Amino acid sequence: MFEGLSQNLVFGILVGSLYGLAAMGLSMIFGVTKLLNVAHGELIMFGGYACFWAFSLLDIDPFLTIPLAMLALFLIGAVLYSLIFSRTIKLPDESKVKNSLLVAFGLSVILQNLALRFWTADERGVTPAYYQTSFTALEVRFPLVRLASFAVALIFLIALRLFLKNTYTGKAIRATVQNWEAASLMGIDIHKVYLLSFSIGAALAGVAGTLVVTNYSIQPAMGLGWTMKALIVMVLGGLGSIPGTFIGGLILGVTESATSFFINSNYREVAGLILFVLVLIFRPQGLFGTKES
Amino acid sequence: MLSIDTIAVFYKELQAIWDVSLDVNDGEIVALVGPNGAGKTTILRVISGLIQPSAGKISFQGQNISHVPPHKIVELGLSQVPESGKIFTGMSVLENLELGAYVARARKDRSASLARVFEIFPRLAERRNQLAGTLSGGERQMLAIGRALMSEPRLLMLDEPSFGLAPILVEHMFETIRKINQQGLTILLVEQNVQASLELAHRAYLLENGRIVGEGKGKELLSFESVRSAYLA
Repeated sequence: MFEGLSQNLVFGILVGSLYGLAAMGLSMIFGVTKLLNVAHGELIMFGGYACFWAFSLLDIDPFLTIPLAMLALFLIGAVLYSLIFSRTIKLPDESKVKNSLLVAFGLSVILQNLALRFWTADERGVTPAYYQTSFTALEVRFPLVRLASFAVALIFLIALRLFLKNTYTGKAIRATVQNWEAASLMGIDIHKVYLLSFSIGAALAGVAGTLVVTNYSIQPAMGLGWTMKALIVMVLGGLGSIPGTFIGGLILGVTESATSFFINSNYREVAGLILFVLVLIFRPQGLFGTKES
Repeated sequence: MLSIDTIAVFYKELQAIWDVSLDVNDGEIVALVGPNGAGKTTILRVISGLIQPSAGKISFQGQNISHVPPHKIVELGLSQVPESGKIFTGMSVLENLELGAYVARARKDRSASLARVFEIFPRLAERRNQLAGTLSGGERQMLAIGRALMSEPRLLMLDEPSFGLAPILVEHMFETIRKINQQGLTILLVEQNVQASLELAHRAYLLENGRIVGEGKGKELLSFESVRSAYLA
């Protein structure tokens, strides 16, 4: 019982780091632009296919495909923003959220069908030589791929935080979030900030995608499930806190694995949704979010 | 230096500004005074490019800036301290000041500018690592002005710098503005505090209901019977 439980907890945390990374991109985009990009799961999927292509066609190690997937998704994000979302961004806040939701929903259908055309409906995965390798410590098994994924998620969490805290561009992004009008009076081109933030969010989805295809498998209809997870985590962690989002991911991961351990794995998704509703009722600003001032 | 030529401004269908013309010459302090709701802030917003005039022309140092986006206007050397400061409360004092020097022209001189701002407002140096949201009202206004100075403007626009300050701080604030001007910075000041700003300004414009209704040398305007009865009674 005890080993089972601690094994479960470890798996929950490892999976949760992936949820956290998946949500970081969504949270970045929503936090800065107030656009709710429900096609985020499809961006993750594209990241996964980028990794799959690089691995199967060029024989590149899945973890080394990360920069590639990032770059590809950064560019896709920039194009999507320039063509589509830059038009919804000028609306007042409330209709901005609603309209971006509708637009992104339509976009997710288009992206799904594109994926069907390019890669068919087959499930794809990548299996590097070390796929089965794992370590055991204190009678708990740590699969190498999952451990490396956890490390990647952690690295991107820290990198994003350092970028936002210490670089001029990062400060410009934070200033725009706090008060876009004052930011533009500082000489910050806020439309460039929106474009950049959207592209960074998409690039993070690309990273998450490479980890998803390495840990699980991908197929064209996977997007909605990951968008839901990212949404739950974003609400759980609270807006405006990147570490909060990551911890939100860990909480969802652990909740899911605890549910499969104590109840039944069929209820793991339900547990996540219940958590989502509870947070919305009792702490709508999220666990680590700050109330808007 | 700055020349506004018969501009009109609308909020949706509602006209807020009618045929306003005004000039600010090199080295001057020009005050734009008038009652609440006269359109003073709107004029500053138009100059900064936050809203577009529907008619007329604004030029700065000979260049037409009527439809130039706000960030480019800052780059040209025209900065604004917006109403109630609008400092970034979630960032430190130092980060606020760094953001003031965001434009490429100002960024390379930012350590010199920082030293200068700290000299004008020593209080900001003491609080450099403090979160801006924890500052008092007077300190916030200092930070807002310091932040604008970091962009090395040629013309500084101030929107109600005395708003919400205790009388002793207001006096101090106006003294600081005079000092900054004497160091060579041209200033366009928007104020409800008519007495103090007319004493400070070289020239002033009176704005009422979106129109200029009077103009003259600051101290002259102060002695006008209409101004005295309307604002200083």
